[in-house]
Amino acid sequence: MKNKYMETIHKEGKIWMLGALFLFLSLPIIISIVTGVWPPLNYFLVGFFATAAIFWPVTTIEVFTFSPMIGSASYLAFVTGNLSSMKVPAAINAQNALGIEKGSEDAEVISMIAVASSSITTTLIIIIGILLLDPLTPILESTALSPAFDNILPALFGALGVAFISKRWKLSIIPLVFMLIFFAFVPGSGGLVGIMVPVGVILTVSCAYIFHKKGWI
Amino acid sequence: MEIFEQWWIYLLIGVIFLYVLAQSIVALYKAVRQAKKLGYTPKQIKTVITSSSIFSIAPSVAILISLIILSKVFGPWIAGLRLGTLGAVTYELPAAINVIEGAFGADINGILSSEMIVTALWVMTLGCLPPLLIVPLFYKKISKKFDSIKEKNTDWKDILMDSLFLGMISAFIGYVVAPITNDAGETYVSILAIVVLLSAAILIVILGLLSNKKGFKWLKNYALPLSMVLAMALAILYFGWGLR
Repeated sequence: MKNKYMETIHKEGKIWMLGALFLFLSLPIIISIVTGVWPPLNYFLVGFFATAAIFWPVTTIEVFTFSPMIGSASYLAFVTGNLSSMKVPAAINAQNALGIEKGSEDAEVISMIAVASSSITTTLIIIIGILLLDPLTPILESTALSPAFDNILPALFGALGVAFISKRWKLSIIPLVFMLIFFAFVPGSGGLVGIMVPVGVILTVSCAYIFHKKGWI
Repeated sequence: MEIFEQWWIYLLIGVIFLYVLAQSIVALYKAVRQAKKLGYTPKQIKTVITSSSIFSIAPSVAILISLIILSKVFGPWIAGLRLGTLGAVTYELPAAINVIEGAFGADINGILSSEMIVTALWVMTLGCLPPLLIVPLFYKKISKKFDSIKEKNTDWKDILMDSLFLGMISAFIGYVVAPITNDAGETYVSILAIVVLLSAAILIVILGLLSNKKGFKWLKNYALPLSMVLAMALAILYFGWGLR
């Protein structure tokens, strides 16, 4: 049953993603064709290399970091984006709430439901936001609400961390201490969280392997 | 920005949004059908959908704040498309700055020419392509390799899956103590962020304990979004008390 479902997901996922790639690329191409405004090559290359030098490796590593966590929901999550702040936590939450074994076929299916629901919600909110941007701007930029929106990540990961840290507290110590020291003492570390996620994953998996071999966990 | 205020651009972006919604709806439909085959009840499935949707509201509203920033350069439609699909403001803004300030030597908050804005759009589009190529071309192979590792040792599989999530979580918990610089140029570690993180952790423990009581079972599925939103609300209160 799983294989048939998974085969369909792989086959259709590829088509949907390549279709999305075509549409995303078509936007600048059509704008340039219709308006006649093309990027001057020398300026384009300077901006492109400065951007791709950082973001191509980061986004490539993200695929290898997040895809084992959410499985085949990757076909949708990497189109709709916002993986670490929304799609992956939504999938984890759904798996934990139903007590599903992680990495199983059930986890794949439930993760897809969570990621798809999250994607639909975000897309609809953004469309509403675009249409109502003018009236919403003073509310969203109000100083009264800014402490709440500035602290979404601490609120999310404080809550999400409890289940995993309490379950694997021995394994949590080294990565947590390492990350706290890194972010507290490395200048400009606040801009490096995207890069530090795969570093955290590699460090934790390495610790887990050693701890498991030694029989500590 | 007038270059992007054309009806045909709105139409094009509308088509892309519809495509993304269609992909999400089809994926949801197929996964729900499969979940039923696996023995999940309609109530369980509905709870996953509701809980994931509620959880996504606060982070989605936060994206709208980024939308305000980015729409000053690209207009709301293109900014919304970029932020609602592949990108995030942490990627889109540096990419736009690399082009407008790095390549053209202009101020991103100043008057921008059509060439600058179009070049920035091209760079933003091409600068985050890898996942759209790697996932369709290689994900199946990656997942098979990962499955073979998991199948060799079931104990190790559980530990491996937990350690993947723990790695991500530890990075974001560490990020909370990263020094930040405010508009006045002062650099400090946000005690407010640390207290919000601890509050969220305490809240989810309380809600978890409550969900074991009769009549509160439903809380189990909503503990994460509730803890998150309550901790965000507490951030407003703590800020009012002078925490920064």
